[in-house]
Amino acid sequence: MTELADHVAAIGRPLKRKEDARLLTGKTQWTDNIQLAGALHMAILRSPMGHAKITKLDVSGALKYPGVEAAYGADELGDLNGSVPCVWPVTDDMVAPDFPALAKGEVRHMGDCVALVLAGTAAQAADALEGIVVEYSALPAVIDMDDAIKDGSPLVHSDKGTNKCYTYKLQPQGDGAYEAAKAKADVVVKRRFVNQRLIPAFMEPRAVVASPMGTSGELTIWSATQVPHVLRVLLALVTGVSENKLRVVAPDVGGGFGGKLQCYREEILCVALANKLGRPIKWTETRSEDMMATHHGRDQLQDIEIAATKDGKLLGLKVDLIANMGAYLQIITPGIPLLGMFMYPAIYKMDAYDFSCIGVFTNTTPTDAYRGAGRPESTYAIERIMDELANELGMEPMELRKKNWIKHEEFPYTTVAGLTYDSGNYEAATDKAMALFKYDELRKEQVARRASGDKVQLGIGISTFTEMCGLAPSRTLGALKYVAGGWEHCTIRVLPTGKVELVTGTSPHGQGHETAWSQIASDTLGIPVDDIEVIHGDTRTSPYGMDTYGSRSLAVGGQAILRAGEKVVEKARLIAAHQLECSANDLEFDNGVFRVKGDPSKEKAIQAVAFEAFSAHDLPDGLEPTLQAESTVDPQDFSYPHGTHLCAMEVDTETGKSTIRSYVCVDDIGIQINPLIVEGQVHGGLAQGIAQALYEGAVYDSDGQLLTASLADYLVPGAPDLPSFVTDHTVTPSTTNPLGTKGVGEAGAIASTPAVINAIVDALRPYGVNDVPMPALPMTVWRTLNAARQGGK
Amino acid sequence: MTKVSITVDGVLHESEVEPRTLLVHYLREQVGKVGTVVGCDTSSCGACTILLDGRSAKSCSVLAVQADGSSVTTIEGLAGDEWHPVQAAFKECHGLQCGYCTPGMVLSAVDLLSENPNPSEAEIREGLEGNLCRCTGYHNIVKSVALAAQTMKGGK
Repeated sequence: MTELADHVAAIGRPLKRKEDARLLTGKTQWTDNIQLAGALHMAILRSPMGHAKITKLDVSGALKYPGVEAAYGADELGDLNGSVPCVWPVTDDMVAPDFPALAKGEVRHMGDCVALVLAGTAAQAADALEGIVVEYSALPAVIDMDDAIKDGSPLVHSDKGTNKCYTYKLQPQGDGAYEAAKAKADVVVKRRFVNQRLIPAFMEPRAVVASPMGTSGELTIWSATQVPHVLRVLLALVTGVSENKLRVVAPDVGGGFGGKLQCYREEILCVALANKLGRPIKWTETRSEDMMATHHGRDQLQDIEIAATKDGKLLGLKVDLIANMGAYLQIITPGIPLLGMFMYPAIYKMDAYDFSCIGVFTNTTPTDAYRGAGRPESTYAIERIMDELANELGMEPMELRKKNWIKHEEFPYTTVAGLTYDSGNYEAATDKAMALFKYDELRKEQVARRASGDKVQLGIGISTFTEMCGLAPSRTLGALKYVAGGWEHCTIRVLPTGKVELVTGTSPHGQGHETAWSQIASDTLGIPVDDIEVIHGDTRTSPYGMDTYGSRSLAVGGQAILRAGEKVVEKARLIAAHQLECSANDLEFDNGVFRVKGDPSKEKAIQAVAFEAFSAHDLPDGLEPTLQAESTVDPQDFSYPHGTHLCAMEVDTETGKSTIRSYVCVDDIGIQINPLIVEGQVHGGLAQGIAQALYEGAVYDSDGQLLTASLADYLVPGAPDLPSFVTDHTVTPSTTNPLGTKGVGEAGAIASTPAVINAIVDALRPYGVNDVPMPALPMTVWRTLNAARQGGK
Repeated sequence: MTKVSITVDGVLHESEVEPRTLLVHYLREQVGKVGTVVGCDTSSCGACTILLDGRSAKSCSVLAVQADGSSVTTIEGLAGDEWHPVQAAFKECHGLQCGYCTPGMVLSAVDLLSENPNPSEAEIREGLEGNLCRCTGYHNIVKSVALAAQTMKGGK
């Protein structure tokens, strides 16, 4: 007598999302929706200057404005002026300047926090900023990275005596190995690529509410954050509020893309002031604040050199980066280039690799993680230079890749950078992508249009990418001097009524964890997806976690879900065996039901076991009541998604306008839990990667004015700016985790940028174009083409 | 303070507002319609889109006093006994991820379909030009709107 319909496997099904009901009807809990009685609203006066001394600051005028309760500059704030933490000191001698929440005497980027007002309403607080008297004496700003490392450059932090934050080197084959490889080369291609500065531009602006009104004196912080757990630790360390009195809640969070992976000044200020004043403090940024004060991404100068034989065998790769830190270091600012460091050799076999990176301070908004964090940069550089090398060798660019990539039978494969890729099948993904794309037909068309002198030329761009994700084995992080670990946690409770609470340490902000995590637990426990409630984003209900970034939630967090579920089943098995009067080994567990082997009439559903565990009337001796288990999993290794992305681009040689005609990608992210969600993640990643190639770029003038400080000036693409995509997949399970999954959150953003630029360059190759700066706006393409036609480039 | 009478999601609200109050702030802070959200300060993103007397409008670009005597539909009032076909289609086609742009995107799509019940892909993309989404790359939003158009025509 089976108590429930047979369970249908949930993993692999494109289930519609549980999250959607509230999001589609406006029942969402955004941080800015929270209104607490007695709350004070914070408004921040920000530097309009790129670099200046604050020669006078008088906040007293603000106090005369209606509704104002308090106003603070650094002097008034005193000890409450905590410093923004950096948790990744990449070298022992890294220069780490103080980053106070409110600037102390000097502002170092436009948007730097100078003073704040607390008032009864947000409008009153904003009005009262007008009453603050501040005078600046301009200091020379340094914006350009090459300039910043020259002798005699203006200094961002004059007390440090240098703009260099650190120099990092990686030479896995030893000093001189690359030079030796290069000496054997017939062809050496060298390029400088500029990986421009980007702004995350998640749709929900940042917001914080800090309330000291909790029971037992705890201070609750609601924040639009990706990292409630990490944030709690850091806020405790920075503000001195005892960690066990801090509760951090990430309610519904409207996107992050790395931009909400941070311990921001405003979060520190809200907590410190709520704690001091005993009143709730609320702050919501305007979009224009967001553009200058939320951390930025990318911004690297990439000098890359590749050496090969004349028949196209790669010998060595040398990469010298200059990475823009911005004016200060935030949570993992210095580490971002190192996340790319291991990935420049990508999917290719070669003999020697040489990497260096100089981190540089400039008078710009600090940089930090933005979708892909280091890997889009590395992928861009290697996939671009592979095309340049192919051109130099006169080889078809896909043939050059095929000649050098790791073959599927060679996995696991340890790359020249020292990583061991567990699995992959580049041949299968490429074959599928080329067929979907009609690669050969497009090449033929390209030849014909070149021959006919069509004013609109066709270009074909390739990106055969891989990335490392699933951050990360804690020991590896430790070896890289990152101060925290990379484990993930899950608790699963089967309640007396058979409903399940799944508590995860991952913290979704659009990824659909509530649905996908239910699918994993459903298959493990044999309990329907709809009976599983996923609890997340609140350090009181989910005390342990490392949160969501680096495509880690499934690759790492999924393992904890699986293991916690298995532990629940193990315990349930003991109870079922006791009550069915058999040995635990004599039970089989299928679709949520324990049955005695050889006597299937004797059975017990896991929901019934949960009730027995609750009533505890008849449990085995020594077994604790309740049916629950927790698991904390430290991943064995990274996972390595890969794929082949192909872009067909129509480039108008008269106007410089580039229009994507088709975009095909075949990604291999291993086992998919929910293909609907996977596809959505790929689409969104593609859009952001394509946006870097074609549209977006944060621009400063030489004084440090951010010229793209609103959504009217920074070109986040709209629906007419992007095509529909053709997405497909191959499945090569990861062998580093029991679910066989890899990450997918960043894949599209990592892969697509070089595919798009390679396509534009390919279209214009006959005119002598061999690079196009990003973003490849029509004017930029037109200028590049004109310069090439005049023999300038 | 100025007196306004605005019908929001079918309920008449008579309120006093500061003349400078934007409609979006009136909706969120005075009426409690927090389903309508603010995404920018340059009327670029469309997250705050509502229906004002049946036509889509960015509620950050309208003063509450300008809406005096008008009828506003927010995402919270769009559904009747059942979801609006556009809401249903967004769920069916995974046309949302974080959901922050969704209220505005859905209401823009409702207006788009009332103007053009049979839009092409290009017309859908052009019609949603005023609404930014950072998560979906628009692919599934376009699919959602096309599906909603089909549903609303009674086809399938």
